[in-house]
Amino acid sequence: MKETMFIDPQRCIGCRSCVSACRECDTHKGYSMIFVDYMDRHETTATMPTICMHCTEPTCALVCPADAIKQNEDGVVMSALKPRCLDCRNCVNACPFGVPKYNSAMHLQMKCDMCFDRTSEGLKPMCASVCPTGALAFGTYEQIAPLRRTKPVNAHVFGNQHVETKVYLMLPTEADEVRVDGCGIFEGRVSTDPGSSIHESWIDTQVEDSDKNNEF
Amino acid sequence: MSKVEYLEQIIDRFGPHLHDEPYGGWQGDRTIDKVVSTHCPYCGMQCGMKLLVEDNHVVGVEPRYEFPVNEGRLCPKGVTAYLQTHHPDRLLHPLIKRNGVFERAGWDEALDLIVSKFKSLQEKYGKDSIAVYSGSSLTTEKTYLVGKFARLALQTRYIDYNGRLCMASAAAGNNKAFGVDRAANPWSDIPFAEVLIIAGANCAETFPIINGFLWKQRDNGGTWIVIDPRETPTARQGDLHLQLKPGTDVAVTNGILNVLINENLIDQAFIDSRTNDWETAKTTALKYTPDIASQISGVPVDRIVRAAMLYGRAKTGMVMHARGIEHHSNGTENVLSYINLVLATGKIGSRGRGYGTITGQGNGQGGREHGQKADQLPGYRSILNPDHRKYIAGVWGIDESELPQAGASAVEVFSKMRDGEIRGLLSICSNMMVSLPDTNKIRESLQGLDFNVCIDFFMSESSRYADVVLPGTTWSEDEGTTTSGEGRVIKINQAINPPGEARKDWEMLQDLAHRYGRGKYFQFNSPREIFDELRVASKGGKADYFGISYEKIERQDGVFWPCPTEESAGTPRLFEEKFAHDDGKAKFHAIEYKGAAEQPDDEYPLIFTSGRIVHQYLSGNQTRRIGFLVQQCPEPFVEIHPETAMKYKINDGERVKVISRRGEGIFPALVVKTIRPDTIFIPYHWGEQLAANQITNAALDPTSKIPEFKACAARIEKIHSRELPILGTGRKGTSLSEVQRGK
Repeated sequence: MKETMFIDPQRCIGCRSCVSACRECDTHKGYSMIFVDYMDRHETTATMPTICMHCTEPTCALVCPADAIKQNEDGVVMSALKPRCLDCRNCVNACPFGVPKYNSAMHLQMKCDMCFDRTSEGLKPMCASVCPTGALAFGTYEQIAPLRRTKPVNAHVFGNQHVETKVYLMLPTEADEVRVDGCGIFEGRVSTDPGSSIHESWIDTQVEDSDKNNEF
Repeated sequence: MSKVEYLEQIIDRFGPHLHDEPYGGWQGDRTIDKVVSTHCPYCGMQCGMKLLVEDNHVVGVEPRYEFPVNEGRLCPKGVTAYLQTHHPDRLLHPLIKRNGVFERAGWDEALDLIVSKFKSLQEKYGKDSIAVYSGSSLTTEKTYLVGKFARLALQTRYIDYNGRLCMASAAAGNNKAFGVDRAANPWSDIPFAEVLIIAGANCAETFPIINGFLWKQRDNGGTWIVIDPRETPTARQGDLHLQLKPGTDVAVTNGILNVLINENLIDQAFIDSRTNDWETAKTTALKYTPDIASQISGVPVDRIVRAAMLYGRAKTGMVMHARGIEHHSNGTENVLSYINLVLATGKIGSRGRGYGTITGQGNGQGGREHGQKADQLPGYRSILNPDHRKYIAGVWGIDESELPQAGASAVEVFSKMRDGEIRGLLSICSNMMVSLPDTNKIRESLQGLDFNVCIDFFMSESSRYADVVLPGTTWSEDEGTTTSGEGRVIKINQAINPPGEARKDWEMLQDLAHRYGRGKYFQFNSPREIFDELRVASKGGKADYFGISYEKIERQDGVFWPCPTEESAGTPRLFEEKFAHDDGKAKFHAIEYKGAAEQPDDEYPLIFTSGRIVHQYLSGNQTRRIGFLVQQCPEPFVEIHPETAMKYKINDGERVKVISRRGEGIFPALVVKTIRPDTIFIPYHWGEQLAANQITNAALDPTSKIPEFKACAARIEKIHSRELPILGTGRKGTSLSEVQRGK
């Protein structure tokens, strides 16, 4: 499968259509594997969708003690295999993108599997099908890149960890990689401004309670 | 008397309760009996969708990739729309209110009661003592039938509809300027415009699917000028944001026109050959220098100039607007002032050069064309025009003198209820207690009625006041046509049968007509038969549907009216060669700035404006019952700028009282820099004590009779925590009924 997902955050209108459509997938049992967050509602209406980036070497799989997380032949990283999943939540804590969630009712880690049941039949994933703006798009690099004024990037640097992903993030700059140094705060490489505190809007806190525990 | 005596009990029985899963729960291995291609029941985009049906239940939705408008795309309301079909709150049998309590009734009993009550009221107070109030979420067939029912069965002049709250200003402005009321271009023209002016249209939240076209335009190198008092997601994504004071559009448009004239960016050849009345519009615009425009509107001078330069210099461009400029006591003038920009630059009538109002309701276009409006007959004919009256009387087989005269507009009809002139009401597809301005007055109107009948498929905030409630159908339980915001007639297809004893709306209207002794005018056996009569009734009118058939709609993925003959494929783009006035020319209008009817003062120092959020549709009677949508935004909020919040010592999330001369409500504060410091905003989709319309002003536009939802004076007050209603963080996942009972 040459097709993959392209995330273009500047197009996101925060409608969460993707979130609702994800529930419709037969294998999800009504759970959505997508998250849409306000960046900082006090300052802006900007929002950002998060789906699994489908890493070439998935951290979630690397840290899984039970080898429950598999990639299929297309490089899609699947949800944990139910018979193997130990409920340990290593993957939930280790993913640099914060993607996998733990489903306490089902005792299972669940995450975006790029709608493998749909793509195997030649259909687009639900989220990319419904997204009104193309903030989530599904296609080949050759199909999507020429249409956009943003640049597809699939190299991410988290502190010391380099991650290559199957999914592309569309950036408005000429950057070749996405750099996030979250660990730097703890390791003293990055200083935080004591004057600024990240506070969430109440509208976010009402909606996202469950997300904070990385649980459904 | 139509009172609500046991509100708690009504909410307990009829909701709104939250429901969030398909029939039988979320299952992975269903046997789908059939897949029905149809359209979304909600906004004017009328996106194509496929419904998955199992055992007479809609159990899921699948993108309809092949429908050209949305190509599979859907907003969250569209994705979850099917969850309403088997919702536990559905009304499954007729209800008659006895001693304040709704009791189950049989169809015969309910219909007979309605007929006898209406007849006795009409005998006592005259034919016009009964009003019909309809809606534009109905199929065009139903809206046609409602108009015919009011005038031929009830024989009342008082019929109007909720499009009055939606499209009336745009319709009036379009008719005045162009001689016809329809979006000039298909949406597919948008990507070919170099510049878009998007005014008073929060496209991201109110018409999410139009954003696909907007972004294609962006991908082609286009720019957006967004004119809106709030930094909506659309304004944020645009290139130039003119964040004007609510109600000052005329200053901005005249300012832009002023720059266009002075920079010689007008198309004099177009003005000379295809328009009238330019000189007066020009003289007026010349008074509004960018400085003056800026002083009135609060938009920086350079932004007004840059907007004019961008739009004026571009070879192609489109102007689009929605309720933001239309919901004003000068809404029609706002519309005309934007049309002036289009005409002055000649940007209309070809691909990428155009204009359009973005219709809000699903069938906002079709619903305003075929005679459920106070002064209108089918085919966009006028009830005041003797020739038009004669033609329709002929189609209906009556004498012209039997046809009632023009009635009154929505807000006026409800004021006539308070005056005692109107004693009975039949409402269908409308939730006045949420959607009409000045809720407290509307409550008075409903409570004062002698007899009140409501047709709906859920118990709305308004049907609670009814004496009889008849259970109707959702969009998936009947067939018919709607006309989308671009003028495309499309076909809604039936997926399942109505649940319980619920009946198709057109069947029950016909039954009522038969019991009224007027059955000979209502002999339809199917929506198709109604459509066939509508085709003839619209023939030769401005909105000519004569050449449209259900088959042609399916074959062509919709048909744009006018479509006068069977050979015609329809008319996607208007005004390519001429406008619809008799001389073929468009009209300029000289528009002076007037401002909102109520201006802020010492007592009410803030400008209050209302609007929508992406997760709710109109009055919310459908969408406030769907768990997913409610969880995204559980309750209305008041947007306050941090500077204003600081002045009143208000913290984010704190509940504050919002007060106007008409009413007050308590709302949590959302302190955001995305609104002007002199303005506050509340989304309007909720009812009772959460209604934004407790605050709004019912001042009407003299032409369109649209109420001024978008600007009035208000103040905010900090309140002590003891006064807080019990709506807390524990709300997530709880039903609104529990919340309203204070659990």
